[in-house]
Amino acid sequence: MTRAKRTSSVENTIDENLKRAFEDVASEPLPSRFTDLLEQLKTSGTADGANSESDDNT
Amino acid sequence: MSDPRDELVEHLGPMRAFAMSLTRNSALADDMVQDALVKAWTNIDKFQPGTNMRAWLFTILRNTYYSHHRKARREVSDTDGELAASLAKKPDHDGRLQMRDFHVAFDKLPDEQREALVLVGAGGFSYEEAAETCGVAVGTIKSRVNRARARLVELMHLDEDQVLETTDAVTAGIVSANKSVA
Repeated sequence: MTRAKRTSSVENTIDENLKRAFEDVASEPLPSRFTDLLEQLKTSGTADGANSESDDNT
Repeated sequence: MSDPRDELVEHLGPMRAFAMSLTRNSALADDMVQDALVKAWTNIDKFQPGTNMRAWLFTILRNTYYSHHRKARREVSDTDGELAASLAKKPDHDGRLQMRDFHVAFDKLPDEQREALVLVGAGGFSYEEAAETCGVAVGTIKSRVNRARARLVELMHLDEDQVLETTDAVTAGIVSANKSVA
């Protein structure tokens, strides 16, 4: 009879840990490749990036 | 009105976390985030201000994954032996076995279940947002999340007694899975 309750507490644990792991990565300082890339995007396509080389797929 | 592109930087952290949960490899994940960032930047006119930017970005990210990176992930996954070896080198610890168990179990989930679980269970997405991000019905997301949880429990043979000692192992397992390949 406690099986459902037990399962849900296990599931909560899974969620809590997933969340913690997710936050850990999400709050890491950004690698410089991303800040550099943003700078690059900002300076290159001042207007509206529409004319930068197209994305070949989609 | 501010340029929505200025907000992109705020989402990069969560994008990296989502990408890592999909690829389980930090190098691949960051390649994927980079592709998605460029795509988002150049297609910012397709973003509707006032809507959920994170959901929009995650949609781009997962499209990137499914169109380019999923195959690469499979190839990298072949280095599992390396990972197991690095875990085995860790000092003896109660959580060791479970860490590996969780890692193995998480990897066994189908992509669709894993992403649903991460979005809803960790990313703070509502079922509706996750459904939109994945392009499926809300009911489909619910059932994927439920199946993912049930499968993890089953694969890890979890029961209540083990929950406490598993806690740290699970966290470390997800994180170290990424780090060890970097």
